[in-house]
Amino acid sequence: MSITSPMQTADGALSNNPIPLEKDALLAAYRTMRTIRDFEERLHVEFAKGDIPGFVHLYAGEEACATGIMMHLTDSDRIASTHRGHGHCIAKGVDVEEMMAEIYGKSSGSCRGKGGSMHIADLSKGMMGANGILGAGAPLICGAALAAKCRGDGGVGITFFGDGAANQGTVLESMNLAAVWNLPVIFVLENNGYAEATSVTYATGVDNFLDRAHGFGLPGVSVDGTDFFAVHKAAGELIAKARAGGGPALLECKMVRFYGHFEGDSQTYKAKGENDFNRLNRDCLKIFADRVTAAGIVSDAEIALMDREVANLIDDAVSSAKSAPQPTPQELTSDVYVSY
Amino acid sequence: MTDTRIKPIVMPKWGLSMAEGKVTGWLKPEGTAIAIGDEIVEVETDKIAGVVEAGDAGVLRRTLGTPGTVYPVKALIGVLADADVPDAEIDAFVAAFAVPEEAGAGEEAAGPRYEFVDTPAGRLRYARRGEGEKTVVLVHGFGGDLDNWLFNIDALAGAATVYALDLPGHGQSDKAVGEANLAFLSGALIAFMDALAIPRAHLVGHSMGGAVASASALEHPERVASLALIGSAGLGPEINSGYTDGFVAAGSRRDMKPVLEQLFHDPGTVTRQLIEDILKYKRLDGVDSALTALSANLFPAERQTHVLADRLKQTDAPILVVWGETDRVIPAAHAGALEGRATVEVLPGAGHMVQMEKSGRVNELLLDHLKR
Amino acid sequence: MSRTLSFKLAINEALDLEMRRDPSVILLGEDIVGGSGSPGEMDAWGGVLGVTKGLYGKHGNRLMDTPLSESAYIGAAIGAAACGMRPVAELMFLDFMGVCFDQILNQAAKFRYMFGGKAKTPVVIRAMVGAGFRAAAQHSQMLTPMFTHVPGLKVVCPSNAYDAKGLLIQSIRDDDPVIFCEHKNLYASEADVPAEPYAIPFGEANVVRDGRDVTIVSYGLTVHRALEAAQTLSKRSGIEAEVIDLRTLSPIDWDTVIESVENTGRLVVVDEANPRCSIATDVAAYVAQQAFGALKAAPQMVTAPHTPVPFSPALEDLYIPSADAIAAAVLKTHPQALAA
Repeated sequence: MSITSPMQTADGALSNNPIPLEKDALLAAYRTMRTIRDFEERLHVEFAKGDIPGFVHLYAGEEACATGIMMHLTDSDRIASTHRGHGHCIAKGVDVEEMMAEIYGKSSGSCRGKGGSMHIADLSKGMMGANGILGAGAPLICGAALAAKCRGDGGVGITFFGDGAANQGTVLESMNLAAVWNLPVIFVLENNGYAEATSVTYATGVDNFLDRAHGFGLPGVSVDGTDFFAVHKAAGELIAKARAGGGPALLECKMVRFYGHFEGDSQTYKAKGENDFNRLNRDCLKIFADRVTAAGIVSDAEIALMDREVANLIDDAVSSAKSAPQPTPQELTSDVYVSY
Repeated sequence: MTDTRIKPIVMPKWGLSMAEGKVTGWLKPEGTAIAIGDEIVEVETDKIAGVVEAGDAGVLRRTLGTPGTVYPVKALIGVLADADVPDAEIDAFVAAFAVPEEAGAGEEAAGPRYEFVDTPAGRLRYARRGEGEKTVVLVHGFGGDLDNWLFNIDALAGAATVYALDLPGHGQSDKAVGEANLAFLSGALIAFMDALAIPRAHLVGHSMGGAVASASALEHPERVASLALIGSAGLGPEINSGYTDGFVAAGSRRDMKPVLEQLFHDPGTVTRQLIEDILKYKRLDGVDSALTALSANLFPAERQTHVLADRLKQTDAPILVVWGETDRVIPAAHAGALEGRATVEVLPGAGHMVQMEKSGRVNELLLDHLKR
Repeated sequence: MSRTLSFKLAINEALDLEMRRDPSVILLGEDIVGGSGSPGEMDAWGGVLGVTKGLYGKHGNRLMDTPLSESAYIGAAIGAAACGMRPVAELMFLDFMGVCFDQILNQAAKFRYMFGGKAKTPVVIRAMVGAGFRAAAQHSQMLTPMFTHVPGLKVVCPSNAYDAKGLLIQSIRDDDPVIFCEHKNLYASEADVPAEPYAIPFGEANVVRDGRDVTIVSYGLTVHRALEAAQTLSKRSGIEAEVIDLRTLSPIDWDTVIESVENTGRLVVVDEANPRCSIATDVAAYVAQQAFGALKAAPQMVTAPHTPVPFSPALEDLYIPSADAIAAAVLKTHPQALAA
């Protein structure tokens, strides 16, 4: 299999395999994916209004990956996220209102307004932080996995990185370290085809990222990241194996990025009609909803009800973020050793 | 041939660790008639500043030690002689003076500086000097250690076998202090005596160590030949918690200096090295919790938990009470608590660390007390 | 119980005692055990200079040899610290920061602040610093100012065995990342070191010599050069120098420096680092700003030249600030002594 361009449709996205999850789990998965989608779509709108400081990188289109993996984790499992981290946060259970407030730079934010979109973290949920440095999470998650191994608590660590950061030395060094120490780490490569504006086919010397894993002695699995069930199944197997002491692995999720690298990106490097095509044919939420409703497990009404609930949640998050107080000037010098 | 009418004044050796000292100033000019016990010259070691007192009488004929200069222990820093000894003889004495060699290899011959003994109250450090028939045990105060007896232990060693210990939680002894009360500490003192097979001893206690010694005498009168209580706790209700709390709280040189200055009549006695040594002790794991607990139990809010004076009056063993007149930790008025029952002496020009500041006089008093 | 111990053994003892006290303390580094996977004996090296020798026998797998992969294992140490461990990572030579600096600069140093005070990173990075070992340009630098520039890091550089043990124990117990700089030419130096564990608080400079005429501020190896200069000055010129050993560079004990300069009216700062933006410039600037009125002469700085560390012993000996250079700088603050 060669590296897929975003225009290609992965095989098996609408497979007819029986659905392996109970209804409650399916509803929970949908709710998570819908929450991420609405969160990001709303940020797209709000950012354009100019109320949000700095810049944001949206996860819209990639929800199945975060959700399919995180459903296998507990709060004591750790993840290290990326600059495109909102989806990972939500799927890992970080409070949505606090996240929104953080993105608005408010004192009620997850990091009291001191981190922002790229640094949302909640250690109590096992979320070790979004990260502005590409590939930086890989060594950190090795440490998290090492801590779990030292304590023998069966915890696993998941590090997310894109096809761009896949070329960072930190990621490659970490794959080796994880192999050497047999750490319970899953390296999740979120391949959306673009490193910022540069195509994965341009920036990567191998045709298949799994070769990289094999080069470090790691097993690798590649799945269609728009198919929640494919991600969920592959991640479940790899995580269970790692938990049982079976060591690290690479999981490549091939997926699509509905928006640009960051908000305000004109995306002129994309093919004409690419975003429209993806919205129509490769929307993981739509694929999921179609499948669970077609199977008769979840009703359209239930989907519609959940959509309304999530919309209200995001509405509330935005209005509470907007009305939340700014950090006080004292916050400037707290939480760090200050010698002057 | 040395003229016995000529007496050298040499750099003293205060404790076994002292190798040299700095002359900081002469308190008497050349030509002064000196009596035994007169303060002649100030000397500073890296640990502490002190005063050399005359061990002989005579006229101060030469002040050889130059202020600001460091001399090895036993170096000649001055000469006492009768008024009629000719200058030429004194010059010849100075020229011929040789620093006496220590017998054997010095410290090794004198035994190790410190030893350790395991007791039910933990592993305790102690020093042992002298071979006398009588046994003296020196018990330091709150936050102190056996080096608080630096200027006393060797002086007493001529008349007795002298032990100085580090109480639990102090010095280099184990830092666990049990219930952190007086019973634990006096129990530790008795355990120390048991471990070293000391059936009966003259107890000399300073400050909190005085209360420890007193409690031991009350609980085990058969083990205590006499009591000497110096700036002692346990004789009255007041105590300067500013000192004890400050000692517990201070973690830095700047915080510790003003605290330690309260110990002395002359705050200049507190050297940089003394502060650093105290901080080194305070940094050891377990010290902070030991001192915090002891201070809370024994000296809460400007008050001593144990006032033992009335009970001590009912005992029989001889008691000596010594105080520094300007004691800023425990008021010198407490010296009166055993008036009539004890020999009481309040020394002017001395603070809480009277056994260091007026060591000559305190040693004299202790030696007299041991004879009783 | 106190006895004479070398700087190297003092560090070894600190690590041993803290590993005994706290099971979350683990040691990572290149050849800190030595011989892992090799046909010969384990604990072959105990670090390149034998600092951790013997600890493997006492603590086994809590010491981990790492691949030669600084980004990965320094990052893993930081990640493990964020997950409740207290790792001590050995970076061998601080010069190697170049290949792992992101993990220190952007990860460890930032977590606590960036995550709004909700994360702590109790990692210690031990590394050798300093010239005089004939190790040339890439193994000899005094890079302390690079780290003091970064908020969130604590920077320690002991000058003697007693301080090395107490400061390392404090470093391990501290909740912030600590860069612990060990001058390789001090390893053999000896001091009285209590056998018990003890911690020296950060930000507490040590006044190692009293003096009324000039304040010499230094840290690490050059403290000894400063003392040498002070003794020479006392004998030859009657100038009594107060010598301050900073011990920790972040936090730094400004109070002790200012208090001393207010007494002496003169300042000489001795720093083995290169001169620009160094500890020397930092101290000189701060004193000029805070105690200008007390100064009777211009502050002097004695530093390495602004060159890489040369290899040839003939050149390297000129590189480290010498006692003569320090004495000369002191005399510059005493023009009347120069004239005489």
